[in-house]
This record gives sequence, structure tokens and C-alpha cells, in this order.
Amino acid sequence: MRPFDYTRAGTLDEAGAQLGKTAAVIAGGTNILDLMKLQIMTPERLVDIGRVPGLDGIEADGDGLRVGALVRNSDLAADGRIRAGWPVLSRALLSGASGQIRNKATTGGNLLQRTRCPYFYDPAMACNKREPGAGCAAKEGVGRMLAIFGTSEHCLAAHPSDMAVALRALDAKVAVRAADGSERTLPLDEFYRLPADRPDIETVLGPDGIVTGVVLPAPVAGSVQAYRKVRDRASYAFALVSVAAVVTVEDGRIARARLAFGGVAPRPWANDAVTAMLEGEAPDDALFRAAADRLTADAAPHPDNEFKLPMLRRTLVSVLRETTGLAEPSIGTDRTDAAA
Amino acid sequence: MTQTFKMDEPLPRLLDETRQGLIGTPMNRPDGPLKVSGRADYAADRLPDGTAHGVLVRATITKGKVTRLDESALAGIEGVVAVLSGPNFVRNPAQGMAGESPVQPGPRVDYHGQPIALVVAETFEAARDAAQRLVVEYDDAGGAEVDPDSASEVETDDPDATGDWDEAWGRAAAKVDVTYTTPGQVSAAMEPHAALAHWDSGRLTLHGSQQMLRFNRKELADAVGVDPSEVRILSPYVGGGFGSKLGIGAEAVSAALASRDLGRPVRVVMARQTVFDAVLRRTQTSQHVRLAADADGRLLALGHDDLVSNLPEESFAEPTTNASQFTYGAAALRFQQSVARIHRTPSGSVRAPGEAVGMVVLEAAVDELAGELGMDPVELRLKNIPDTAPLTGQDYSGRRLADCLRQGAERFGWAQRPKAERDGDWLIGCGMAAAARKNMLTKAAARVRLTGAGAVVETDMTDIGTGSYAILAQIAGELLGLPESKVEVRLADTDLPGASGSGGSFGAGSTGSAVFLAARRIREQLAAQLGCEPGELTLQDGIARGANVEKSLADLVQDELVGEAEIASGEAAKSHLSAGWGAHFCEVAVHAWTGEVRVRRMLGLFDIGRVLNRKTATSQAVGGMIWGLGGALTEELHHDPRTGHIANRDLANYHVAAHADAAGRIEADFVDDRDDWANPMQSKGVGELGISGSGGAVLNAIHAAAGVRIRHLPATPDKVIAALEAAGR
Repeated sequence: MRPFDYTRAGTLDEAGAQLGKTAAVIAGGTNILDLMKLQIMTPERLVDIGRVPGLDGIEADGDGLRVGALVRNSDLAADGRIRAGWPVLSRALLSGASGQIRNKATTGGNLLQRTRCPYFYDPAMACNKREPGAGCAAKEGVGRMLAIFGTSEHCLAAHPSDMAVALRALDAKVAVRAADGSERTLPLDEFYRLPADRPDIETVLGPDGIVTGVVLPAPVAGSVQAYRKVRDRASYAFALVSVAAVVTVEDGRIARARLAFGGVAPRPWANDAVTAMLEGEAPDDALFRAAADRLTADAAPHPDNEFKLPMLRRTLVSVLRETTGLAEPSIGTDRTDAAA
Repeated sequence: MTQTFKMDEPLPRLLDETRQGLIGTPMNRPDGPLKVSGRADYAADRLPDGTAHGVLVRATITKGKVTRLDESALAGIEGVVAVLSGPNFVRNPAQGMAGESPVQPGPRVDYHGQPIALVVAETFEAARDAAQRLVVEYDDAGGAEVDPDSASEVETDDPDATGDWDEAWGRAAAKVDVTYTTPGQVSAAMEPHAALAHWDSGRLTLHGSQQMLRFNRKELADAVGVDPSEVRILSPYVGGGFGSKLGIGAEAVSAALASRDLGRPVRVVMARQTVFDAVLRRTQTSQHVRLAADADGRLLALGHDDLVSNLPEESFAEPTTNASQFTYGAAALRFQQSVARIHRTPSGSVRAPGEAVGMVVLEAAVDELAGELGMDPVELRLKNIPDTAPLTGQDYSGRRLADCLRQGAERFGWAQRPKAERDGDWLIGCGMAAAARKNMLTKAAARVRLTGAGAVVETDMTDIGTGSYAILAQIAGELLGLPESKVEVRLADTDLPGASGSGGSFGAGSTGSAVFLAARRIREQLAAQLGCEPGELTLQDGIARGANVEKSLADLVQDELVGEAEIASGEAAKSHLSAGWGAHFCEVAVHAWTGEVRVRRMLGLFDIGRVLNRKTATSQAVGGMIWGLGGALTEELHHDPRTGHIANRDLANYHVAAHADAAGRIEADFVDDRDDWANPMQSKGVGELGISGSGGAVLNAIHAAAGVRIRHLPATPDKVIAALEAAGR
């Protein structure tokens, strides 16, 4: 770890004023401290926003909720409102990390955590995300955990968050404060950038921006929600693939099918064509298989992770069967109230 | 003065005559409260005034030479003391029981991740920063071979074989001819390797995290170029070893060298990533197993060949076929080993070297044979228990394998097990496997001192989390008639009598026997003082009785009685094949869509001779079973295909089984026996028995549940899915 300045911000204005290209925000610190010890990130200044008031609550926002950036993952997962109206979010949070880490990790930090690509973590190997223009050692390296969608020739890394996958399926928005103090809310697809030729720039936040919270839209009444994560051990492992689903069946037809996929892309992945195939149709195994085939049609796997295609297809079919009533719901699949 | 006892013949079962009642009880570890309250001082917990901190620098080429260490980038870092390297630096830890320095390669680099220098600073933070900023210049030889499957240098042994293979194979009614692979693994001990070294008047003291001090002292002395008498090593607490701390390694040697150069204490703690890089791994294996049986299920031919890997110059080769050579008999046997010489982190002993990966495969192949024969797998195993050891003709010592199989099946409910059942989308099935692990007795010495107040046990034996402190107190207390509170156990200091150390599951049996013999000498002295024969002496709760006399030990022992003894292997090891035995039973659920596997319950029933401590033995067995489960389902080193470097170098990405993987009911129990040929206590090793075969039971259960054979470990969801899809499901 290199020596760095540490400042504790009392307000967002103070924090914003202290940020910049050589500074970084710290909140729970569960990821950035590891990265600093390994000198993957070497900020000259850490701006601690952990005591900024007003960022650690979960509050009503119209029919939805606004979750402050400092709300702990464990608190968010346990919140009764979340469990009742947005259970997929609670399930996703609880499938991530460990109890100790969830007790420290924050909502904003979870969104901004860095990839676990082994080459990003090894300074002896080339990584465009760590050092723009250096090259990508992952391409001909170990690729089990890499992405299959949305990659570029410069970067194959996957985003590791479970929480963000559930947020994508819920059509949540990220509240972002700009350097000038203005705030805007962005859908996840606009908040996260795809790597293209600058994989080091992962969001539109910029060096002075701060994530202040997440806005959840009104709960989807009568929906069945599921988060299914397939991984190399039963807990404390990143997703090989994951599926978040918010599905509503009305009159024997799928009225709504919001899906997002984790472990497969540089951001929570979604595919409108898959949703379009499902919505308005009666639940059916052949339909689900066709939707799954459509999903993986644009995949570009690394030789080590071609297995993610059949795994993603099968996991999606399994989740659709449970969320549409073709199969009994298992743990991780929850029905929300009919009346919101 | 020291009595050396050679184990040639069985001794009377004295522990069945003594009255204290400590042996076999589930006594708590006396060191437990210290450990759970953070007061046990592990190697890195000591920080004397003036200690400098060292951080190891790793090679980032695979093969070549270090030509220059450019320190200019360190100029701005406050508190950097020195950058050290040189001819005494070691390439990797010594192999177990080497007793001499590991390879000292000078500037030569043999694998990516090799420790090549030590940066020393006033603070740990500065040392780590400097180690990361140090610029190393290399002469990169290029072209290093890192893939065992395409290695050009492969050494193949002459096969160990008996019988007419072609004849036996030719007349078989059922055959299995399969190749399984297992990936590289690591010990993943919770405590990272650490050392604190300081010199005083030419004498080196090292607080380290080591398993076998008697050997480590010689290894360290040889590495730094002094006489072993000038080296003292202390390892009172070790946070897990599993083989990774058998031999002296880079952290200890570099700390000793730096401390000598700088004239102050130096502490070196490996980062977790360095533990992966620079500590011996378990080799990956490719195993070819051939089994042939007649229509009744009697084995006619059993062949087990392997391909393992190591660096050039490393003598260790994973003895994959260990258990295959003595568990079952057949008319024709064939075992052959090949070692690919490749430039990865070198391989060495990781818990149950040989059996841990070899028995998984043997037992999976036996299950395949049962399938070919349409025979119950328990029955098939029972049919093939040989009368004498197949290759050597030795008699077996205690061997309750058949009891473990039968009683285990009964307790598990094998006959009523779920077959091809479904629970929602989960497919349910059960599998089983046998367990076997060679039992060894090695040289060990101990001293017992008895005063009126109690007894003290002294030996340089280690406790690596296994329970040595408890067991040795139980043995001494049992023989001397003292409650556990009156026995103090002092361990892990090379100034004390040299013990077996912890490794090969022989620690409790070997060093425990030395304590037993030393305490027995004291019994002889007490009997003489009472005026009775040793056989007439009764000792219980501090009271000695014999020859119609009853005296308290406080009255009987004026000053101090001392017994010292050494045990060594003898004729018994030649006349008899001694092993721990057992049977594993397992129920799994396989997700029909996602290929995930969950172990629902597991039962292991083991024969370890006399049980010394039911609690620590059970913990060892359960821990081994869970490790075996992890080996079957989750554990795998990933090596970069270009450099051979380990890509998953931390415990987030190297997947030892987590609690949720072992969330089912996992039970271990023992058939209490007396193995008279094993040692004077009639006990056998337990540490490595639980892992032997347990992964096989898991794989066989997967087959029973889902109808697919996973032959390339671990059975991660991707492989299960591929097998399901290949079967059209």
C-alpha cells in the first residue's frame, strides 16, 4: 500500500470538492482496501464519505423506495419493505460475498466494485483496465470467470455484483451527484459503460462524481421474483452465471418478464429481444428454450468459458419455469403481493 | 539414559489396564481457550523491539535468471532498510523430512512466483510497498514448459507388477478401463507462513510455523550455513499445516539471513498470494485405472498408472497408487508412475499425499465396475478383501474394513437408500467408497517429569491444530494416574527431545508412544519405590497402590522422577502392513438444470485402532471428509497456460469447501479396535484417513443421482451440465 492522504467528508459538497483524478471515495472499504494493498489502485487521497448524513436510509420515493448509497448490504437485504416488494434484491444481496463483508459493504460501493479478473489483480500481467493500452493478458489466459457478452478486444472482464443484476431486473436507477452539485438518476445501462477501447472507465461517474443512492420504482404487484446464482461452490463465490427475474403472469399469459443476467458481462446484462419473445405468450418449455437460445445467440465466449452458454440457457429455463408456474418455486423464488 | 524401543512385537495392552480413564475420552484441547481468545502466540504474533519487517519478492518470469535488482524506485519510500538476495535463498520449501536445505538456485528462476529477494523495512507497509515497486531485471530463457500433458521431459518408472496381466484381463467377465484427472490443489492453511528470526552470539532462534522441528532445524541450519546445534526453532502454535509446513521455506530462511545481515530481529509473513506462489502444491494427476473381474465380482486384474508433475530436481512424486496397492487383491496387478518435469510452483505433500487423489479415482472406478457387474458396490468391495497384502505378501495388522463397510451401510441405511428419486428439480442419489491410508510409526522421543504436584511432558512435537496438547496429556495422565489438570504439555521447541513432528498421520501414534514409554519408565520407578512389580501397580487420581501399600504421589515423589524414551519402527513394519481403514457413504442432490451438486448427508466409519481422543479424532475425520468433498466438487488450481503461474491465488477464488458445501449432516465414527502391531498403544493415525476415498463417495453418488460419470475433477456445474447434455438431458 502506498502512502495516501485520508480525509473525512462531513457533507457531499465537501466530498465533491476533495475528489479528482488522483482521489477515490471510500465507504465500506471492502474492495478498495484490497486493491490498494495489492497496488492495483493507488489513489493519493481517500475521501471517506462514511459519515456524510442522509445517505444511510431507505425512504419512500413515490410508490418506490430510495436507498441511500451508504445503506449496508446486510441492512438492505433484511429490510422488510425490500423483502416484501422487491425480494429479488434481497435474494441477490444474500447470495453475494460473506456475512462479514455484507455487514461492511455499502449500496454505492457494491455498484462500483471492480472486476475479479485474475489478470486485473496481477500487476505482472498486462491489463487495459489497470493500465490503459497495456494489453489484455486474459485473452490467452485463464478465462473461466470472464464475460461472454459486451466485451471488446481490449477487455473480457465481467462485473462481479449480484445486487446490480437484481437492480437491472427491477429497472432501478442510480442517483449520481456531479461535481457541480447537481444530481441525476440513470438507468443501469446508462450508468455502466461497456469497455470498448477504454475498459478503465467503467461508469459515467467521472472523477468527481459520487453515487448517492439507488431509486427503486414501484413494486410490481403480483410478480414472482427470483435470483438464481450458479457458482463453483455453494457460498462465497462469484457467479459463473446468474439470473434475476421479475415475472408477472396474467390470464395464463406472461404479462411482464424483466430479466437480467450476472457473471456474463461487464455490467448487469439484459436483452430486450428475449423479453419481447416472452411477453404476451403462454408459459411453455419450448418457448423458454427458444428465448434462452436467443439470449446466447450473441455470446462471444473465451475458450475457457464456452460452458456459460448452456449453463445460462438452462438456468434461465429453470428460473422461467419457476416464475411462471410450470415448476414449483424453490428457495430464492418469491411471490409478491397482488396489491402493491 | 534414553530408552530406545523398537517396535518388533506387540506389547501387552497396558492402556486397557490403567485406571485414570482419560484415554479415548472426548477431552477438550487445553490450548483451546487460548486460541479462541487470541492469546495463543502464533509465529507472527511476536514483535520484539527493533524488529524489521521483510516482504518476499516474486519472480515474474517462468525460467531464466535475475540479472539486476534495481532499487532506484525505492528511493522515496521512508524506512526501507535493505533489499536482500543471494546464494542462500531457497527456491521452495524443503520436502517433508528432507533434513537438508531445499534447492538454493542463486539467481536462477525456475518458476513464475519463485521468491527471489526480500525487501526489509522499518514497517510492514513500507516493506510491502517497496517489494511491489522493486524493479527486477531478468535474462528470460523463454520456452519453459508448463503443461504436464505436453511436457517433453517425462520420467516413467518401471511398473510394480505381479501376475499375468494379459491372461487375467482376457478372461474377465466385466472390465473398466477409464482415465480420470484431478487438478492441482493447495493446503490452504488458515495461518499464512510466517517466521521471526533473531541471532544472539552466533545462535539463531526462529519462531516459525512448522510441522516437523527435528527436521526443520537441520534444514534451516544447512540453508544458512551453521551447525544444527546453533539453531533453535519454536512453533508452539501452528494454524494448520496439511503438509505445507513440513519443510523449512522461504519465509524462514530469508528471515534468518536478513536478521544475521542486519543484526536485528526480522519478521517475514507471507501474503496469501505468496503462500499460493511459493509453497508446495499438490500436483495435478492423470490416472488410468483398469479393473477386470469374473462374473462373481472377484477382481482378476487391477492396474493403476498415473502422470504427475514436479520441477526438475524435486524428488517428490505424488504416490497416487498407494492405496490401490494394498486395499484389494487381484491375480494380476500393475502400477506405474510417470513424472512430467514442468516449471510450475513445485509439488509436494498435501494432506494424504497419494490417497487423497488416488483413492478418489480407485473408488470411482470400483463403482464403475460394480455397475458393469450389476452388483452392489458394498458387496463388491467385501468380496475383494485380500488375505495378505497383494504385492508384498505381508500379513495385515488390525483391519476392520469389512466391519466398516457392513456397519457403515447399516447405519447409513444403504439398503433403503433413495434411488433415482427427485425432490423438485433436484435429483437424489447415494454413493459409497472405501477408505484406506497407510499407518506409519516414525522415530520420536519424549521426556516425562513427575513431581508430587503433577507431570510435565516435554517433546519438540508440534500441534498443528490436531490436538497434540490434549492427546499427550491424556497418555501421560492415563499412565501416571493423574487428572488432565495435573499434566502440563510443553511442545515445539528444538531444545526438547526430538519428536516425529506432525505429518503422515503418524504424530499421535509415534510421539504418543514415546510419551507412553517415558511414562512407563516412571511407573517402573514408582513400583520399585512401593516395592511391587510394575504389573501390580495401580495409579489413579494421584494415588499409587501396590503390594498392599497406598501412597499419594506427593508422598512418594520427593524430588522428581524423570522418564525419557524414544521409539522407532522395527520388525513389525516389515512383517505386517498397517493401515487405517474405513467406509464412506454419501447422499447428494444434483440440480437437473444447473448441474449444482449438494451433499445432503455423509457418514464415515473408520478403524483407527484404539481411539485416543474421541473429540479430536472425530474432528480430524470430519475435516478430512469435508476436504474430500471439496476435492470432488470445488477445489482447483488454475494455471496460466503461458507462464504456469497460479491465477487463483487467494481464498476467494481458490474454492475450499465453504460451510454451505458442508451444510448437510456429516458424521464420523469409529469401530474401536486394538491394533497390536501398530505401536505400544495399539492406535493408528487418523489425520489423513478421512480424506482418503471420501471424494469417491461423492462422485459415485452423483452417478447414482444423475446417471452421469464425472471423470475430470472437480465436478463443477459446467461439467455436470456437459454430461447431462451429452446424455440428452
